Amino acid sequence: MSWFKRTFSSSIGRKFAMALSALFLLIFLLQHLAINFTSVISEKTFNSLSHFMGTNPVVQFALQPVLIFGVVFHFMMGFILEIKNKSARAVRYAKNDGSANSSWMSRNMLWSGLFILFFLAFHFADFWIPEMVYKYVEVNPSDPNRYYEEVVHMFENPIRVAVYCLSFVFLALHLLHGFQSAFQSIGARHSKYTPAIVKLGKLYSVAVPALYIFIAVFHYLAH
Amino acid sequence: MSGANGLNLTLKVWRQKNDKDKGQMETYQVADISPDSSFLEMMDILNEQLIEEGKEPVAFDHDCREGICGMCSMYINGEAHGPGRGITTCQLHMREFNNGDTIYIEPWRAKAFPVIKDLVVDRSGFDRIMAAGGFVSVNTSGNTQDANAIPIPKADADKAFDAATCIGCGACVASCKNASAMLFVSAKVSQFALLPQGRPEAAERVQNMVKQMDEEGFGNCSNTGACEVECPKGISLENIARMNREYLSSSFKKEEV
Ligand code: SF4
Ligand code: FES
Repeated sequence: MSWFKRTFSSSIGRKFAMALSALFLLIFLLQHLAINFTSVISEKTFNSLSHFMGTNPVVQFALQPVLIFGVVFHFMMGFILEIKNKSARAVRYAKNDGSANSSWMSRNMLWSGLFILFFLAFHFADFWIPEMVYKYVEVNPSDPNRYYEEVVHMFENPIRVAVYCLSFVFLALHLLHGFQSAFQSIGARHSKYTPAIVKLGKLYSVAVPALYIFIAVFHYLAH
Repeated sequence: MSGANGLNLTLKVWRQKNDKDKGQMETYQVADISPDSSFLEMMDILNEQLIEEGKEPVAFDHDCREGICGMCSMYINGEAHGPGRGITTCQLHMREFNNGDTIYIEPWRAKAFPVIKDLVVDRSGFDRIMAAGGFVSVNTSGNTQDANAIPIPKADADKAFDAATCIGCGACVASCKNASAMLFVSAKVSQFALLPQGRPEAAERVQNMVKQMDEEGFGNCSNTGACEVECPKGISLENIARMNREYLSSSFKKEEV
């Protein structure tokens, strides 16, 4: 077995890979949020940024596949680890008090993750596939000003807004454990900076999903 | 004699004849248990009672009964070593319980720790992990160097000592939702990695110990931190982060290990 394969099929290597994909997704979430947020501030900026993201070949054909790979990898690895971990305890305890020693979020990453997966499937079918069909199948003329109207239209539907809000609550729960866990997994832990990572993690986990929710609710109420 | 303060308890204990038996929970009553007795003394009383009734006593591991050997593995009311922090089962006292309580007593549960009988599990997986690298090779030809000849920063020595206090009880595995052994293995990796005597073999050590850990069938750490909370010796998650660093850097840096 090559050293690479051996490393990444070990428990620590898998943890490391899981953490790297998580850190990548943390950055993606920020970038996505930044662009979405401009829709609250300026229609023009939002349109031009969306147009850039939607038509730039580097974004479309280099970054987008990397992102999809990152997402799929994080889920697949998550499931593989979950199955392995479940099988590491064949007989369960008759009485187990998990809350005595660990947070609910840390024990339920599978469930928060699954909910996020359902949301992503919904988001894919709801937004990404129609967008791909619009651009690459129907080959509609590129319209740099369509994006804002589309967002406004999307968030007219209260059910969609509710699904968004709930999903981002689950994302917050996932991040409350996941953010600092990713740093621990890559071995980045020190009494000097770990308290700052923990604080930053809490801030990120609450603020980022809250802002996504704010954008959805804002458009629902403002139009 | 405990008199008025004596506790009457319902015990739900895991009984399993041998490693092949399926096993089940059995219910027993014990009466007038002194709050000053230790949990293991309470188990002794139960066993005497069972012997008098002509029944098979409950098998459980124990040795030192003072928190240093790590043998007393019991999962009590859903926690390794029961309620209380920084203690083993032999250091748990009956005053932690109330009259009329029902107490669940189970063996460590992990595929890598198969039950031998009742509450006794086979923890030799830990021994095999140690044999894979938990040592420092020293020259025993008669001209062994004085350990004090090598200066060691106090902070490193303290951290190595803290890691070395791990008694190999396995409460970390028992508490972990993934039955991961990373706290134990990281303590053993750290106690050597932090000292100059441990450095020459550090890369091989972490590689071999982690490999053995994975082969034993322990789960993967997902950083819930349950192990650290339940560990009787307060072994810190800092050790797991150190092991991750040691493992990853040795994987990437070493020519071939
Ligand atoms: S790390 Fe703690 S809980 Fe795990 S074996 Fe060592 S002393 Fe026991
Ligand atoms: S019997 Fe030795 S630690 Fe409990």
